[in-house]
Amino acid sequence: MAIRFDNVLGVHEHALALRAERTKILAANLANENTPGYQARDIDFAASLQRALEAAAGEPGLMVDTSGPELLYRVPNHPSQDGNTVELGVEQALFSQNASEFHMSLTFINMKLRGLARAIEGQ
Amino acid sequence: MSFKNVAQIAGSAMTAQTVRLNTIASNLANAGTVAGSAAEAYRARKPVFAAIYEREAFSDEPIAGARVQVLDVVQSTEPVREAYEPDNPLANEAGVVFYSNVNPVAEMTDMMSAARAFETNVEVLNRVKSMQQALLRLGDNG
Repeated sequence: MAIRFDNVLGVHEHALALRAERTKILAANLANENTPGYQARDIDFAASLQRALEAAAGEPGLMVDTSGPELLYRVPNHPSQDGNTVELGVEQALFSQNASEFHMSLTFINMKLRGLARAIEGQ
Repeated sequence: MSFKNVAQIAGSAMTAQTVRLNTIASNLANAGTVAGSAAEAYRARKPVFAAIYEREAFSDEPIAGARVQVLDVVQSTEPVREAYEPDNPLANEAGVVFYSNVNPVAEMTDMMSAARAFETNVEVLNRVKSMQQALLRLGDNG
């Protein structure tokens, strides 16, 4: 049975890339916490992952859609006078959760690689 | 996939918050400053923050994150406080001196907000550093 190397990592490869991208977006939200008129952005993780998987499943050799995930606007819980939609607690929680999920994806990839190494060594 | 922009974004925010803390320190230090005329009186300074939306090099794609810049430092337009102090060497002919229009309570709360925002960005950098290090150890099954 042949092992397809591009299938080994499965969804985790795309999830990891998306989470790294989301880190950037959430960091920008936190950076612009005091910028008047700044509107917090985020991505819909599930929809973006679906899109990335569909793009990867397309014909091999074809240029993959590199435009990245679609950026959406956060709907704030409370309006603020200066038009800024960043809510510190919300963004901090999401950033922290995203960082944990990044580590989770990394752990999954590491487990896959370890399994692959074991299969190659025949143990 | 790169974390390079995250460091730039968090760094720009830390710079902006430092400017803000500088103006707060200046405002608090000059809270009791007097002057001989309303025009010379110290007025509270405030930085104006703005987001920078950049585009990726050689393409039209916008970078996902936005950095912060300090557009300007503006002076408060609140009226300055006048006080009748004929003994003050800075008093004008009518014996009036002009105190700064700094509101110490507002400055203190602003300072806490700036310090908290600065710490948040330090924490972002720390988390990104640990993510980057974990990524570097990828496949290291020791």
